[in-house]
Amino acid sequence: MMLTLVGVSDGMLGEIAARSKGTGADILVRPPGSSVLALSGAMPEGVVKVVRAQPHVALATGTFVQSIGNFNSITGIYLDEFNKISGGLKYLEGGPFQKPGDLIIDDVYAQANKLGIGGHPKDLGLDWTVCGIVEQGKLSRMFAQIDYLQDKYAQKDKVSVIYVKVDDAANIPTVLDELKQKLEDYKIFTVDEFTSLISVDSIPILKQFTGVVIGLGVVIGFLVVSLSMYMAVLERTREIGILKALGASPGYIMGILLREAVVLGVVGTIAGILMTYGTRSLIHVFAPTWTATIVKAWWWKAGLIALAAALIGALYPGFKAAKQDAIEALAYD
Amino acid sequence: MTEIEIRDLTKVYHVGDVDVHALRGVNLNIDRGEFVAIIGPSGSGKSTLFHILGGLTPPTSGKALLNGRDLTHMSDAERTKLRKTTVGFVFQKYNLLPTLSAADNIAIARDIAGKNGSETDPHFDEILKLLGIKDRLNHKPRAMSGGEQQRVAIARAIVNHPALLLADEPTGNLDTENSNAVLGILRGLNQRMGQTILMITHNPEAAAFAHRIVTMRDGRVVA
Repeated sequence: MMLTLVGVSDGMLGEIAARSKGTGADILVRPPGSSVLALSGAMPEGVVKVVRAQPHVALATGTFVQSIGNFNSITGIYLDEFNKISGGLKYLEGGPFQKPGDLIIDDVYAQANKLGIGGHPKDLGLDWTVCGIVEQGKLSRMFAQIDYLQDKYAQKDKVSVIYVKVDDAANIPTVLDELKQKLEDYKIFTVDEFTSLISVDSIPILKQFTGVVIGLGVVIGFLVVSLSMYMAVLERTREIGILKALGASPGYIMGILLREAVVLGVVGTIAGILMTYGTRSLIHVFAPTWTATIVKAWWWKAGLIALAAALIGALYPGFKAAKQDAIEALAYD
Repeated sequence: MTEIEIRDLTKVYHVGDVDVHALRGVNLNIDRGEFVAIIGPSGSGKSTLFHILGGLTPPTSGKALLNGRDLTHMSDAERTKLRKTTVGFVFQKYNLLPTLSAADNIAIARDIAGKNGSETDPHFDEILKLLGIKDRLNHKPRAMSGGEQQRVAIARAIVNHPALLLADEPTGNLDTENSNAVLGILRGLNQRMGQTILMITHNPEAAAFAHRIVTMRDGRVVA
């Protein structure tokens, strides 16, 4: 469970980072006080002009991100500008916007929601019509005309993120410094900086969430191992009595049960790792818009947690077994 | 030479608010190398005496010396050590560990006693021949007959060369042929190896294999 949740968190964030890189931009400008994870938020569209006015800025385009619930968001774009920066959306079906209310979606979203050209996606707040299906990997899964989206959500002349293309990669630091001076309090990153910030550890709420999940995993693991060991002790009451009759000390019996707990912890970790491959496949089939990765860096952490839970969980049943009365245990059927 | 000396031994169990007097002053001497059968009806105190001499439970009062060591004042740890080094048990229900092979059932007794499992013991090889289970050592208990299981249990009980072999109804679950075989083995161990044996039984025919028969009734030795 722990590895799967970490894998989903990592996968989803990794995908956001990859899509941000897919824009082709070098620098991102975000409103003051905005968080790394939420790309919605608003700043005056006039800021785009300020950015464009800087030396070495080849292109700059504003986007407006509207969250529509269920982890979905629609990104309003100036299609021509966005195509220039990103190298163009690659259409698999249909084509560019024809009228306000048109929506371009990526192939993953189309497949997951069984949508084709002319289709009307449900639960997106407004009545949208799919006009194009594009290859995934650039900025968002859903694109709309920015002015229509701003208008419908009462955010006229507001943008969420400004994507900046610099004339030469060597000038990126210079442009970054200039923008930071010009736009004090705004969040300004190179795309590489931004993507490096998108990780479980750099997003406090996700870190807390992962911590809670791990805590739950440890508690559940502890209870499961405790009950398993308790049942194991109960089932082997007579065998423990035999060992005691043979002169096994409490330490000897405790040692047997703790070794068993270690085996349980190791086997459980291996099974958990294998299960993450299974859940990744299931997520791919049943929730294609979600991405789960195999986070190998967490294997040893999960292993240590499982081992510790198994050992702690085995202590009480082990202690109980070690203290068991040999005569009563031998009489147990 | 006296191996076991018991004087005025009592044992009282507290069952709820009731005191059950299982032993009411037992007096008994058993010499080294003797094969003694204890007979008596249910509730006569045979099993309680067996448990006390085996270090499975402490007596309430009196004196019980085994090899000169008084069981009356032993701590739990001392009684555990006694079971490991001085006493071997053979039970009516064999009490082999079901997941282990016969060889491992014997080996675990050596392991508990802290003896190296790979260490060869020519004396024990001779015992295995006497028991007739050498070719059954790789089998698990479920693949063995009752007689074979009891022979493995005997092998396990004597693998660490205990001063005293305690057998509690060792033929209780066996047919006549296997009973005679097991009793013959016990007598053989006693005669050839000088093993001191204390056997509890209901069966007068089984008791007849011993040198001496001790009768218990109502928590006392009566004959």
